[in-house]
Amino acid sequence: MELKYKIQGGNFNRAGYASSEVKKVLKQLNVDPKIIKRIVVALYEGEVNIVAHAFNGLATVTIDAEKIKIVLKDSGPGIPDVEKAMELGFTTASPAVREMGFGAGMGLPNMKKNSDFMEILSTVNVGTEVVLMNYFSK
Amino acid sequence: MKKTFHHAFGVDKSICVGCTHCMKVCPTQAIRIRGGKAELMANRCIDCGECYRACPVHAFKIEEDDLSAIHRFKVPVALVPAVMMAQFPDNVSTGQIYQAIHKLGFSRVFEVEQSVNFLKEKMMEYQQKNAARPLISTFCPATVRLIQVRFPALTDHFILLKPPHDLTAELVKNNLLNEGHDENEIGMFYITPCAAKIAAIKSPVGEEKSIIDGVINIDSLFNKIMYLLKNEEGISAADERTHLGADAITWSLTNGEAKHMKYTTLAIDGINNVDEFLEKLENEEINNVDFLELRACDESCAGGILCASNRFLVQGRLLRRASLSQQKTNNKSLTGKEKTEASAFLESKMTLDTIDARPVKLDEDLGTALKKMERIRELMCFLPGFDCGACGSPNCRALAEDVAQKRANISNCIFIQHTSLIDRDHAGRIIQKIWGDESLNKDCSKKGAKHEGN
Ligand SMILES: Nc1ncnc2c1ncn2[C@@H]1O[C@H](COP(=O)(O)OP(=O)(O)OP(=O)(O)O)[C@@H](O)[C@H]1O
Ligand code: SF4
Ligand SMILES: [Mg+2]
Repeated sequence: MELKYKIQGGNFNRAGYASSEVKKVLKQLNVDPKIIKRIVVALYEGEVNIVAHAFNGLATVTIDAEKIKIVLKDSGPGIPDVEKAMELGFTTASPAVREMGFGAGMGLPNMKKNSDFMEILSTVNVGTEVVLMNYFSK
Repeated sequence: MKKTFHHAFGVDKSICVGCTHCMKVCPTQAIRIRGGKAELMANRCIDCGECYRACPVHAFKIEEDDLSAIHRFKVPVALVPAVMMAQFPDNVSTGQIYQAIHKLGFSRVFEVEQSVNFLKEKMMEYQQKNAARPLISTFCPATVRLIQVRFPALTDHFILLKPPHDLTAELVKNNLLNEGHDENEIGMFYITPCAAKIAAIKSPVGEEKSIIDGVINIDSLFNKIMYLLKNEEGISAADERTHLGADAITWSLTNGEAKHMKYTTLAIDGINNVDEFLEKLENEEINNVDFLELRACDESCAGGILCASNRFLVQGRLLRRASLSQQKTNNKSLTGKEKTEASAFLESKMTLDTIDARPVKLDEDLGTALKKMERIRELMCFLPGFDCGACGSPNCRALAEDVAQKRANISNCIFIQHTSLIDRDHAGRIIQKIWGDESLNKDCSKKGAKHEGN
């Protein structure tokens, strides 16, 4: 099953929509709540990153009986040094964003921690694609 | 005890007109219309009472024990919540209420909030000892059930301590046993503001069997007491009331618990407010709350569906009583020694077992659930999205799910009947199945029609 959610850059009010919807689906599918929690956290951080750092994006969620695969693809500035961006505490967030409670440099590390597989492909001035995967078996 | 979920609600089919009001407000989508009558889905119903409030013809019946049931016991005990005492107008004294309850056959009367001071201390200790955040109160059984059904991941957050009426019942019963009464002589009757408490007593969560033997609804006891007060001479004051402190008196009001707990606490009342908040909590959007008090009713138990008086009046009376109680010292409060003994006893009785999640899911098996989900999404392509309820399900999505679960047919949708060119007779039969044989007949006696009341 494939689910798609548009994510609008700059609109913090709507960040969390995709993760909330995916959560509702996974609950009905009887996925272990602990695994749902990890997926929700990872997807939410991914959404916020698009809202905070990119122009617009799309979350494509594919679910089969074994796993969930989430592809977060955006058009935006891209990440020049992915390795550096993955470091705990690294951020380029503007003071305005930080004022809203984001920008601790925790998002990407948190996504890594809460997924079974994560991959980032990014091209500067084009955009970023983050792939997340979680397995349902405990 | 059987492990099905007991509900205090029933639909009186002779009164129900199948109007969909209840179906639309049910927070867990537990109602369908079949044969022109509301039907409850037992695994979803959380006993919150929204349907009861919404019903324009009072078709929902709440079971209670008949007052005559108390005569099965030699020592029938009335366990009365403070909201019950606050139902009466100011010219009725509490002494009179006590006396009237005796006249009705109870040999003892106790206010259930007696154990609140004990419970309050234990909840604060619980908060110190348990790392889960937020901790969630188990006081309101309807919100406990909402979490079990809709937010399974949050069941680890409950404070596993019994509510005041349970603790007080334990204490009272123990005292009566110590006085020399036999176990089966004692009948414990709880006077309830809501159906949720009835359900919690008849099929408890977190304990094997409730200590309460029977339940009587506030509104029916209120009527009987008012009748006695009007019609019988010499209902004077019985002076046996145990002193309740302000904290105990206000415990069942909104913020009654939360104001005693540490750090960031929130008190949320109204089942939809609770649901909305828990959704955000589960989404990890909220992560700095330490304690949650959740109450299904607006203004908490003052707004219980079985209350006889207006919720704001009840609340006002309780607040007034609380401020008076702060000025008064009462000779009936327990001595130091009695207190320690009571605490030691309650401590051995206070804990609840874990409260299980019982989520509504499409299927136990993930693969099958996934197939059903895909089917639902496919069906949604065809349903119009008007959420009109004419199919007998609360909205289009619910019909799609009912179809996927083989509980309904896609042609229950009146618009699908149109677009799929079902012939008139066939459509008529479908509508009859959902709405009953007679509901489309001309009827001028219905509510709002020409000869209403005939
Ligand atoms: N989709 C994206 N497009 C462009 N840059 C990104 C994107 N996602 C992350 N980055 C860059 O990587 C940095 C680190 O991201 P990370 O999510 O770890 O922290 P943050 O978003 O700055 O703060 P936090 O997630 O704690 O609110 C960001 O500051 C930003 O420079
Ligand atoms: S708030 Fe009080 S009256 Fe209302 S359902 Fe909960 S326990 Fe019952
Ligand atoms: Mg981030």
